[in-house]
Amino acid sequence: MKAKFLIPLLIFLVISGFLGVGLVLDPKEVPSPLVGKPAPALSLPALDNPERIVTTEEFLGKPWMLNVWATWCVSCRAEHRLLVEMAKHTDIPIVGLDYKDDADDAKQWLRQLGDPYAVTAFDEKGRIAIDWGVYGTPETYLIDKEGIIRFKQIGPIDAKVMQEKILPLVKQLQEEAA
Amino acid sequence: MKKLILTTLLLLSWAGVSLGGIETRQFESPEQETAYKELVFELRCLVCQNQNLADSNAELAVDLRNEVYRMLKEGKSKREVLDFMVARYGEFVLYRPPVDKATALLWFGPVIMLAIGLLIVILFIRRHRNRPGENDPDEIIPEDDY
Repeated sequence: MKAKFLIPLLIFLVISGFLGVGLVLDPKEVPSPLVGKPAPALSLPALDNPERIVTTEEFLGKPWMLNVWATWCVSCRAEHRLLVEMAKHTDIPIVGLDYKDDADDAKQWLRQLGDPYAVTAFDEKGRIAIDWGVYGTPETYLIDKEGIIRFKQIGPIDAKVMQEKILPLVKQLQEEAA
Repeated sequence: MKKLILTTLLLLSWAGVSLGGIETRQFESPEQETAYKELVFELRCLVCQNQNLADSNAELAVDLRNEVYRMLKEGKSKREVLDFMVARYGEFVLYRPPVDKATALLWFGPVIMLAIGLLIVILFIRRHRNRPGENDPDEIIPEDDY
């Protein structure tokens, strides 16, 4: 008889448990099926020189980072400072992918805020970004020397992600390549 | 009459909603058109996650609709379009996920819940039927008691 009173409490606790876990999960963070797979082809004109074609192949043999950004993307501005710092302190090439943007706006942005990118590929229509599974800017990928995507950050990089995830992995990837 | 007008208005507003994000498209065959419609209703928009591609006006949804259209025009099958999307965005893009270990609870949960509910109802009814002291048509009062 006593146990009967505990049933609603038990149901309540189970539901609270599920809802609690649900609160902690971020629905925006869709696990990318691309991690562990070869990086998709890039083949896009460079932002500052439309005649130069940026391809995935040219980075084979060493680790590199791809950062998807746009001038209309507010959180890209927030993460940009960290990328500029990173470019100063590491020697991993950071490749920009300017997503559905205006070329002149993008060039001005890089002049004003600093240019951390070894090269920026200009994806005016966003077609290449679809191949990379981009669905929200900014997004950042780390690619190893074999051309395999090893990490994907969805949303802006903050100091914590930079220190705890990106920098250690960059070090590891560079050691693997050495 | 008033009822009829209201019903018509309601139906019209609903039609507007369901056609919200769909561009006018030319198809080569009715099958292709059906495939396109099924696909944009089954694929999730990654930007507004509770909408499908057909409903969403997010830029990515427009791009992905164009992509679906282009692939069908090229003669790709529905399966190929779905594989293309899953390869890029994961199974999360599918509003109808495949049955596997991770989605088993999602698929069979409702059936399990229904079974539990039925079991509780059956037990409840049985217990009440057999409760002693209540009118039982089969119960015979011994002669001596009169």
